[in-house]
Amino acid sequence: MDQIQSLKLTAAKARLLAVDAIHEAKSGHPGGSLSCMDALTALYFHEMKIDPANPAWEDRDRFVLSKGHCAPALYAVLALRGYYPEGDLKLLRSIKGHFSGHPDMVHIKGVDMSTGSLGQGLSCAVGMALAARTLKKDFRTYAMCGDGEIEEGQIWEAAMAAAKWKLGNLCVFLDNNGLQIDGPNDVVMPSAPLDKKFEAFNWNVITIDGHDIAQILDALAEARKCSEKPTLILMKTVKGKGVSFMEDQVGWHGKAPDDEQFAAAKAELEAAIAALEEKGE
Amino acid sequence: MAGKIATRNAYGEALTELAEKYPQLVVLDADLANATMTKFFAKSYPDRFFDCGIAEANMTDIAAGMATAGLKPFTNTFAVFAAGRAYEQVRNSIAYPRLNVTVVGSHGGVSVGEDGATHQAIEDFALMRAIPGMLVCCPCDGHEMRLAVEALINYNGPAYLRLERPATEIITDEAEGYTFELGKGVVLRDGTDVTIIATGINVPMAVHAAEILSAEGISARVIDMHTIKPLDEELVLKAAQETGCIVTSEEHSVVGGLGGAVCEYLSGKYPVPVVRHGVNDVFGRSGTYAAVLEYFGITPEGIAGKAREAVSLKRGK
Repeated sequence: MDQIQSLKLTAAKARLLAVDAIHEAKSGHPGGSLSCMDALTALYFHEMKIDPANPAWEDRDRFVLSKGHCAPALYAVLALRGYYPEGDLKLLRSIKGHFSGHPDMVHIKGVDMSTGSLGQGLSCAVGMALAARTLKKDFRTYAMCGDGEIEEGQIWEAAMAAAKWKLGNLCVFLDNNGLQIDGPNDVVMPSAPLDKKFEAFNWNVITIDGHDIAQILDALAEARKCSEKPTLILMKTVKGKGVSFMEDQVGWHGKAPDDEQFAAAKAELEAAIAALEEKGE
Repeated sequence: MAGKIATRNAYGEALTELAEKYPQLVVLDADLANATMTKFFAKSYPDRFFDCGIAEANMTDIAAGMATAGLKPFTNTFAVFAAGRAYEQVRNSIAYPRLNVTVVGSHGGVSVGEDGATHQAIEDFALMRAIPGMLVCCPCDGHEMRLAVEALINYNGPAYLRLERPATEIITDEAEGYTFELGKGVVLRDGTDVTIIATGINVPMAVHAAEILSAEGISARVIDMHTIKPLDEELVLKAAQETGCIVTSEEHSVVGGLGGAVCEYLSGKYPVPVVRHGVNDVFGRSGTYAAVLEYFGITPEGIAGKAREAVSLKRGK
């Protein structure tokens, strides 16, 4: 199986794991978890220098899920990458475990920053990238922001700072699925043109289809070449990607599927996994 | 007494002096380096100084990110912004993940003076103290500040350090048997009728208050409570048991600061009269720092008045 096929398959498995966990928890955020899953998979299974056996390795690359409510996506990818057993995700949002609704770096292996309060994670990522420079280390820092999240003013404070310090070791995905809790971004708080805004903030901006693994890998490779500016990978995505009835539906921002809906989602995702496995043989 | 210095100056000098010894120390500021006195550090260690511009929330979270990689950041801005504007950044990105950052609030209290209420933090202790796991420290003079800075560099966890603007007396360098340890108050003067538990620049005022009271036949113990959280409960309990009444004194609202901490503890452990001295739940105002302190009664005589009240309460009058 070639690398892109393999990453697609992993992303499909992660989607099933995340939706399963949200169903089990009876709450959570499937829409945005599914829209950023391809990029997260590319990061953890291709791009980042990490060691699941040594999650605190000082020289590892870092990742900050600034849109922390999409924790199920991160938890699923970390489980598949071997940080902890997949079965642990049954404890998502449960009082019986530590898989809290938003990422918790103290209790969950592989989580590099506790996030959840929107707008803060990008600043933390700037701090990590600055720390690498100060400590003369070559680790890179990645982050994932939401397109609703960037309505927070602090995002733009961080964007200015990252450009001031010419953080070429910082690469940020912007998950542009176009929807937030109250409706389309364009209605709630129009933010376009996002590419021009970040360019004006002196960032290296690459616009891609966030569900095209080849484009994601190319963008990550291009980001590495830009040493004088932070990179923003502006990905056009579909909220709820991979589960037909969730796709592009604002109602699936923060709602768990019931048993019947989960059965339908599971059937779709299993079919996708089977098709990818068959193709790969 | 060994001269006067503002705790913010002592802080700025200490940071610079300790930089060589502690290579993990980095300093962040939000366009106030000339006021917070990080300018000395910035000049000597430009590679370890980060001016984040007028963006306190961003600065606070940048520090959190740096701490995850093993650096020891000290963030700097006025107390009203450090604890107020960036409150939620301190809460969610520093304290909740238990990161090793010292948040420094300069120009605490009303002694900021002329800038007025918008710049006078009178609730920073309350805000920072309410966060689980947060250490809150407010040294009383330049000598104590130097010791606090080194102790905080060596401390591993989220902490808040308040600095003050005006030059104030140095009293701890010649205090008999004085040692500094985070979380341990210091008895600067013994007494049997009442205990004045003070923090920050109110400590030297409390010593003067004790002298005023002594002339009236009231024997006042004075405790320098540089660490408001965790509170030195053992020392507070001993004071309550031995002197039977307490005055708390701080350049802060009487709501939620040192007074709040002492009342919360004693009410459930050993209730005695506690009279809180500070700003009476109102905003500050403009004026020279001395005039503002006088206006709010933050003076040795103000503290002495509260001590008389406490003694009367104890005697049931």
